[in-house]
Amino acid sequence: MIKRPFIRLSKPRIQYALLGVKVMEPQEIPLPGIVTLLLDSPLIRKDIPFKVGDAVKTGQKLSIAGEGGPYVISSVTGTISAISPFYGDYGRVCTAISIKTGRKEELDKDFAAKSQGATLDTAAEFLGFTPGAPCFAAFRDPDKAIHTIVVFGGNTDLMIATNQYAIKSRIEDIGHGISILKQITGIEKIVIAVPRDLVPGFGHVGAELKGVDLSYPSAHPKMIMERELKLTVPAGKNCEDMGVVFMSAEAVASIGKAFSTGEIPHKKILTLVKKDGTQQLISARIGTPMGDVFSACGVSLNEKDRLIIGGPLTGSSIYSEDYPVGIDTDAVVVQDKADISLVSDYPCINCGECVRICPAKIPVNMLVRYLEAGHYEQAADEYDLYSCIDCGLCSFVCVSKIPVFQYIRLAKHELGRLNAAEATNE
Amino acid sequence: MSNEKKFIVSHAPFWHDGSSISERSYHTMLAAMPAVLFGLIQYGIPALAVISLSISTAIIWELIINKITKLPNTIGDGNAALMGLVFGMMMPATLPWWIVATGTFIAVVIGKYIFGGIGSNAFHPVVVSITILLISWNSYFDFDNALVNYDFGFPAVFPLGALKAFGTGSIHGFSLSGLLMGQQVGAIGSTFGLGLIIGGIYLILRGFIRWEISISFLAGMFLAAMIFNMANPEKFAGPFFHILTGYSLIGAFFLATEDSSSPVNCIPMLIYGAGAGILTVLIRNIGAYVDGVLYAILIMNLVNPLLDKIRPKAIGKVA
Repeated sequence: MIKRPFIRLSKPRIQYALLGVKVMEPQEIPLPGIVTLLLDSPLIRKDIPFKVGDAVKTGQKLSIAGEGGPYVISSVTGTISAISPFYGDYGRVCTAISIKTGRKEELDKDFAAKSQGATLDTAAEFLGFTPGAPCFAAFRDPDKAIHTIVVFGGNTDLMIATNQYAIKSRIEDIGHGISILKQITGIEKIVIAVPRDLVPGFGHVGAELKGVDLSYPSAHPKMIMERELKLTVPAGKNCEDMGVVFMSAEAVASIGKAFSTGEIPHKKILTLVKKDGTQQLISARIGTPMGDVFSACGVSLNEKDRLIIGGPLTGSSIYSEDYPVGIDTDAVVVQDKADISLVSDYPCINCGECVRICPAKIPVNMLVRYLEAGHYEQAADEYDLYSCIDCGLCSFVCVSKIPVFQYIRLAKHELGRLNAAEATNE
Repeated sequence: MSNEKKFIVSHAPFWHDGSSISERSYHTMLAAMPAVLFGLIQYGIPALAVISLSISTAIIWELIINKITKLPNTIGDGNAALMGLVFGMMMPATLPWWIVATGTFIAVVIGKYIFGGIGSNAFHPVVVSITILLISWNSYFDFDNALVNYDFGFPAVFPLGALKAFGTGSIHGFSLSGLLMGQQVGAIGSTFGLGLIIGGIYLILRGFIRWEISISFLAGMFLAAMIFNMANPEKFAGPFFHILTGYSLIGAFFLATEDSSSPVNCIPMLIYGAGAGILTVLIRNIGAYVDGVLYAILIMNLVNPLLDKIRPKAIGKVA
């Protein structure tokens, strides 16, 4: 954990760590006994075309609401052992499909048959549930005129090496993925953004190269937009509204690999950050329970430790070792209970640390007063709630240990719900 | 489920840089130590009594108000102790006990808790308290009278008082190095200029106070005093004299920089500091009071919320 330096005249700089020249190979996690796939749709039993006990093959598509609906791709061969509702953070409702792995692995041939002529439809139909979580919705949305795809070879949060590994060791897959993306979307402008010190390592892969600063949160999509592409995202809009789609290096590698081999990738690379702060790359089947990852890597867990999916500043903590590796799980951080710093209910003392560290120049000291009182709309109108890029630095430096970031996320979530409710009533 | 391990679940971020309110309070007290120790050596046991009483009564008032309002006990954060210490530093060594106890009551209860507790006070609580005391029992704060029984080995007149009454002719006895080393009559912790500067530099380097406020306070004072001095050297003292006397240095490093009553954005901090410095010199030179630091800081505290509206445009802000 990064602590406050003894002498602190200017605001602290928190740096992204770079992978060494010698790329470490990820440790392979053995095939788990059971995998759990999270399907982004509420569980409505009558709509489900499959049931407990059905056999599934590796690479088989399991979809709920017919053609074009949300789906998962099975990462193992076996039988469905359970279908249950799953509730995530901020009202995310999923259906958890558990598959008991069988002895013999069989590959589903459905995608192989369609992968010869790559089209956007095929990609959207089969590759939405691949490592790196590529999303094709923006290309098919007529309201959004996408003109640029940014392939990012780093991770937004600290301590994560997953995408750096992808861009260092899978550059051929990425190159192929980029040409596929150009072909299926018709977009010519593809930018590869990598941490600045890695820029010299890349030859021509059919894309423009941009170096991203190493100080946190330069790797946040909105910061890359602002500093590298010189496009400011207006408050309340996202990058796609500005015509830019961000894809992780791993996602592009997945696309390239899928179309070159005719197999849908089913192994996720993730960074395991152990209690002592050391990082280890892991390769695991999508849906592997975290407990299997920990036991394979010799991580022992105790009562009151903290498990974090994602990075230390923006991730989310989980309550069970059964939580599966997802398509967007780039890291899991294990924190010893001795290292956990809890929030407090102290009021803001107006020291201004958050104001000075905020990359979006938000008056956090004023914002948090409105958020504490629940005046979300005023916070959004007068104190720039929607300019927030969700980096978490304000909470990191807060002297009063106020959960500022939590207040901000809650406010955005609540306002989103309000606006959605108003839109339905009209 | 019962044999599963239970993990701590909370919201991001999962790191914290380790700073805390108690750390800030205790390090500010540490930074005040050189000046306080010098005051204790200079004024002896009565000064120790005033400082001890002011710290302990400030803590007791906070404890009482915690009990009355049924809020959690907050004396551990060190804020009350810090207020007591700063209050004591600004008192003459011979102050009777009941003024000290009343003063810390005004600081903790009226200055801080009436406004809503830590972080909500619009004015620096100690400054509020001392200005009320000054208006109520002015005679006890006449440093010349209060310290009449001491024998220091240097002119035992309060420099600002002499300047106000007799002009610059009366202050030739003070050398700047003497003032810097504390050879002047004044409050317990506000005479040792060098000690206060060392403490201030420590606070700035550690990031516990904002250098913009302290530096612009001193710069504003320097400029204003210099202009007055150039206009009429017979009547108005030079800038260094102003900076090294009265509550100037304690004001620059310990009063104006108080978190909740000062701005946080860069330009407002500079205006705030410079405004307080200039007002101090205006009050000293053409106002009715001998020392203007307290009133200048109170006035700037008052405009602080307005000043802090000058802020950079947030990224992506429309219009």
